Amino acid sequence: MVPDFSATGVNVELSGAEIVVQCLEDEGVEMIFGYPGGAVLHIYDALFQRDKVKHILVRHEQGATHAADGYARATGKPGVVLVTSGPGATNAVTGIATAHMDSIPMVIITGQVPLPVIGSDAFQEADIVGITRPCVKHNFLVKDLNKLAETIRKAFHIATTGRPGPVLVDIPKNLTDPNIKIPYHYPDQVAMRGYAPQASSDSSQIARAADLLLAARRPVIYTGGGVVLGNASEALVRLTRTLGYPITQTLMGLGSYPATDRQFIGMLGMHGTYEANMAMHECDVLLAVGARFDDRVTGKLAEFCPDAKIIHIDIDPASISKTVAVDIAIVGDVSDSLAQLQGAIEAHRQKPDAASICEWWERIERWRSVGCLEFDRAAELIKPQFVVEQLWEATSGKAYITSDVGQHQMWAAQYYRFDQPRRWINSGGLGTMGFGLPAAIGVKLAHPDETVACITGEASIQMCIQELATALQYRTPIKIVNLNNGYMGMVRQWQEFIYESRYSESYLETLPDFVKVAEAYGHVGMRITRPADVRPALEEALRLKDRTVFMDFLTDPTENVYPMIEAGKAHHEMRLAPGVSIDTELA
Amino acid sequence: MRHIISILIENEVGALARVAGLFSARGYNIESLTVAPTQDPALSRMTVVTSGSEAVIEQIVKQLNKLIDVVRVVDLPEAGQIERELMLIKVHATHEHRDEVKRLTDIFRGKIIDVTPETFVIEMTGEQSKMDAFIQALGMERIIELVRSGTTGIIRGANGI
Repeated sequence: MVPDFSATGVNVELSGAEIVVQCLEDEGVEMIFGYPGGAVLHIYDALFQRDKVKHILVRHEQGATHAADGYARATGKPGVVLVTSGPGATNAVTGIATAHMDSIPMVIITGQVPLPVIGSDAFQEADIVGITRPCVKHNFLVKDLNKLAETIRKAFHIATTGRPGPVLVDIPKNLTDPNIKIPYHYPDQVAMRGYAPQASSDSSQIARAADLLLAARRPVIYTGGGVVLGNASEALVRLTRTLGYPITQTLMGLGSYPATDRQFIGMLGMHGTYEANMAMHECDVLLAVGARFDDRVTGKLAEFCPDAKIIHIDIDPASISKTVAVDIAIVGDVSDSLAQLQGAIEAHRQKPDAASICEWWERIERWRSVGCLEFDRAAELIKPQFVVEQLWEATSGKAYITSDVGQHQMWAAQYYRFDQPRRWINSGGLGTMGFGLPAAIGVKLAHPDETVACITGEASIQMCIQELATALQYRTPIKIVNLNNGYMGMVRQWQEFIYESRYSESYLETLPDFVKVAEAYGHVGMRITRPADVRPALEEALRLKDRTVFMDFLTDPTENVYPMIEAGKAHHEMRLAPGVSIDTELA
Repeated sequence: MRHIISILIENEVGALARVAGLFSARGYNIESLTVAPTQDPALSRMTVVTSGSEAVIEQIVKQLNKLIDVVRVVDLPEAGQIERELMLIKVHATHEHRDEVKRLTDIFRGKIIDVTPETFVIEMTGEQSKMDAFIQALGMERIIELVRSGTTGIIRGANGI
């Protein structure tokens, strides 16, 4: 019989395990990603008896966190994970750290050994609260059953407000005992005197920012993942169009301004476009929005935007002037702050200086004319850039794209031109190989009617390849684009450039037959070896709407990602692709 | 520069570890750290003595504020604060030196709180610099054991943090 835990019922008595499930229902959670084990068996038993919250059984706990992460990035809702104590929890750590670095809302519920044996080195005991402390927004060890519901409410509140992040709740097994029941109440609100994220921004700072922006002669707008997380894309597009200024985005920001728009000058940073990095180096006013001046973005700090006054909008006060000192700081919700700035600019007496801005655009167009993303289209081997470009065309630029980490990730960012936010899903901060496939499953579960592709490489895909079984179990047809060059490509590239081509341990001598692997897991496998077959293969894979298709593209093993700013160099010190010349710009 | 940072923090399990972990993970210095409950038993007061450039201190304060359990953080102003440290020090005090050690202790307004035929235990409170000066005056060869509590501090005047 299905027990009746009515959500707001008075004096409903529930066990700890039932409370966990009921809290998820009351929180509106539609699915959770997990893997059972001893310490969470009571909770799994309670889940079994309910059907509101769908459980997705992964094949490894790292997959659970990445899938929940993909779900969260694609929807904006928190991803929820349920794993057992000890190895279940430690396996989840990489995914938790991944979410933490990219500020992804996530709630992770871990089982723990019973309270009386904590600290005794019990079977499958790990101090997961201690282990995850540096890579969560917050975590809790629940010690009192009466505080369980309140703690879960707090976890969701903390994970989803302010600068989002993962929150872990560790629940000792004896607290979920089905025989111990207490009255259930799910609080609407929780009070925490140490936690009150700043929402509204300072109007005097907004006014100063408007003055500075309108006085700019060589302005650049630089935006990051905060615009995506803060659902501020619309406000950003509006402001950027009003000003008419060039805009560049970080790896995490892509899609929150349409990449096909003329004002978009490409991604910036280590593998950013020539025009974006040059514009950064030469700009006189920089408007940074929801970005954190990451080292892959700034290059050499001492030479970062040497001539610029900097305005920084961010929800996290600790992001302001962390690595780069800024002139005007606006702390608050990014969408609200942009809307306020829009108001201030529209009401301002001054308008952008048309002549200077026009001259600035002429310089930028000269940089753009260098064509830094050109590649050899007549090559006999498949160029990885070509595959991404063809995927972009074949999906009309509308697919959800996840990626792993390395060269393929950069090519995906450069050649799949995202026009909408939340479509580009990758591990930017932590750089976690193995992220792409489980994340794609999470995205597909969230958006079953959308095309979801995972752009990956033969090294990354093997780090979580077991999740192919999850993709089959839950019928999540995703398109895996494996850019197979036989090497850990980015490692190989650095070894070529910086270590005189000493390819130390970056060659994968024995690769599985990925076509057979895909088939063994019940999917469709394809191997593509010629450029002419790239587009037909993609079309064929997209036609197979109900199947997960693993496309193994054998690509040119010598191809590198360009442009490249080597670590420690400044924005104007880019290495361009062989054959790309800045002569046109200088002429 | 040396800064004294006062932290009001929820008296939860792991609160100390969160603060200490933050300092080690981000490479900030901790010269000393003290912690004990306040008049509100749900809150602990922590005092961290640290050093760094103004930018580093600003980041320390911001990062501490980000911790969910942290209710309040104040970088105590140099001019308007009172700082104290407690030191217990066990020294050799054989007959020919007993008077000299006693006199030094009096000069520094310390107290001898334990006496054996060969040793004294001296209790002293004050600013860090006073402790350092007393240790120097005694001479290292005389010290058997030394325990310092680490600095705690409070703001002068009518207002709390």
